[in-house]
Amino acid sequence: MHIDKDLVAASATPLVLALLADGESYGYAILKRVRALSGGDLEWTDGMLYPLLHRLRRLGYVTTEWRTPPEGRRRQYYMITDDGRAALAEQHRQWVAVTRALNDVWPGSGRMLAAAGEA
Amino acid sequence: MESVESQISEWRAYVGGSPALNGQDVDELEDHLRHQIADLTEAGLTPDEGFLIAVKRMGDVDALSREFAREHSQRLWKQLLASGDESARAASGWLEAFLFAAAAAVAIQVARLAAGFPDDEGGDPTWFVRDLSLFVLPFLAAYFARRRKLDVRRWVLTAVPFAVAAVVVNVYPYDADSATEMLVALHLPVVLWFAVAYPYMDGTIRSHQRRMDFVRFTGEWFIYYVLIALGGGVLMALTAGILEPTGVDVDRVAEWVLPSGAAGAVVVAAWLVESKQQVVENMAPVLTMLFTPLFAVMLACAAVVYAVTGLGDTFDRELVSIFDALLVVVLALVLYGMSARAPSTSPGWMDGIQLVAVASALVLDLVVLGAMVARIGDVGFTPNRTVALGLNIVLLVNLAGAAWLSARFLRGRSTFSRLERWQTAYLPVFALWTAAVVVIVPPLFGFS
Repeated sequence: MHIDKDLVAASATPLVLALLADGESYGYAILKRVRALSGGDLEWTDGMLYPLLHRLRRLGYVTTEWRTPPEGRRRQYYMITDDGRAALAEQHRQWVAVTRALNDVWPGSGRMLAAAGEA
Repeated sequence: MESVESQISEWRAYVGGSPALNGQDVDELEDHLRHQIADLTEAGLTPDEGFLIAVKRMGDVDALSREFAREHSQRLWKQLLASGDESARAASGWLEAFLFAAAAAVAIQVARLAAGFPDDEGGDPTWFVRDLSLFVLPFLAAYFARRRKLDVRRWVLTAVPFAVAAVVVNVYPYDADSATEMLVALHLPVVLWFAVAYPYMDGTIRSHQRRMDFVRFTGEWFIYYVLIALGGGVLMALTAGILEPTGVDVDRVAEWVLPSGAAGAVVVAAWLVESKQQVVENMAPVLTMLFTPLFAVMLACAAVVYAVTGLGDTFDRELVSIFDALLVVVLALVLYGMSARAPSTSPGWMDGIQLVAVASALVLDLVVLGAMVARIGDVGFTPNRTVALGLNIVLLVNLAGAAWLSARFLRGRSTFSRLERWQTAYLPVFALWTAAVVVIVPPLFGFS
């Protein structure tokens, strides 16, 4: 299933924040989890994750720290802040509202899949 | 595996070419790329295939740098105006650098007073001269250890070479007017500079990329240091001129200001390289571009003259030290020019000139070596001759390898990264050689 580019972009922020709410992580690990969660349906261009992460840092939703794991290369870890958790909760409310509204208008679950396929 | 390494470094250079991405961003992306390649090779692909897929997944570099530019628009204007948080960070970095510089300045002053240097009766204690770098470079190392946020283990590893050097250098019972002591005084700063590389490179001393970064840092640090020294010299001269009529003892003032200034400038220059990188990045390649051809011409002439006439009777200790200094400068110039070069570009005229410089230096080195071996055959080993011989052999091997690889590179038979790798792989040899002069040579000659 191919998911529309705008939808991917819109869901990126809450996805990343939600993953970081589970615990600190770094770029490649975040991307791998997104891929696993969506079964490959969410097609991210790997590189684009980093400008997004840096934007979250500028907004104060995450903090970063360079660390070198015992065996491995130096890498940047991202940790969610309280502001980030608040933003995540807000996003959560908005997405719930959107999906509830959509659920109300979808005539049936069978038609819903067809509609998503057309989109 | 090596071809993937060079592909990665080419990709890195390409991505890093965008002004919207800084070194850390590129580090982060490279880490991502390597993870991806590792996972793909584990899944059964060859490293080459893994590299291709990983790059494809990373996305179009132009689109990527546009995205970075949107997020980091201030970077594109770094040289013109600093935005709010940028200058705030620079200010705190300034304070940190200033504290370490001040600590070095105080340390050297305390040591100077303890040594009673300079002694008007001419009996200057040699330990002060011998230990000079030990009062300064530990602060530079500590500055980097702090800046790079090293963990405790790495802090300890940073401190070990300094502690060992301090013990070794001061426990040895040198004779009065000892030649080995002079050699130690000359070589210890170089050894400790290599020790600074450890915290500078974040402890990742095996990384050839980071080694090249350190070479680049050394060159840029040197340029800044010379600039500061020039400015400081003008300042001192003017101060002396102004204070002279008031009857203040200018020499006394200089005794206080000069050592502290010189010590503090070591840290300040390092800070300047770190924080004002873009300024020197534009200047340093121009300087090497200017001086490499000049040195190449001078070396080529000297090589022809000496190869025809031989060293003959003109051979003496002073000439040898000039030759050695010349060879070291050429090597530094070549190394630095290499670090400032984009690895992916094809051979150009600068590479040809570098080869001329290296080949001429090689001829000169052989001439000196021949004369020196004959001399040692006549009158035997002394500390000075041994060290000069060793340095020449170490340089000879390096220059021969560099000449061979850069000739192959010019003829398109080899890549530039091979040449670069030869030099970065050779750096530990220099470190070990200078360490050997400090640690092994004095006892070998009975501290004479």
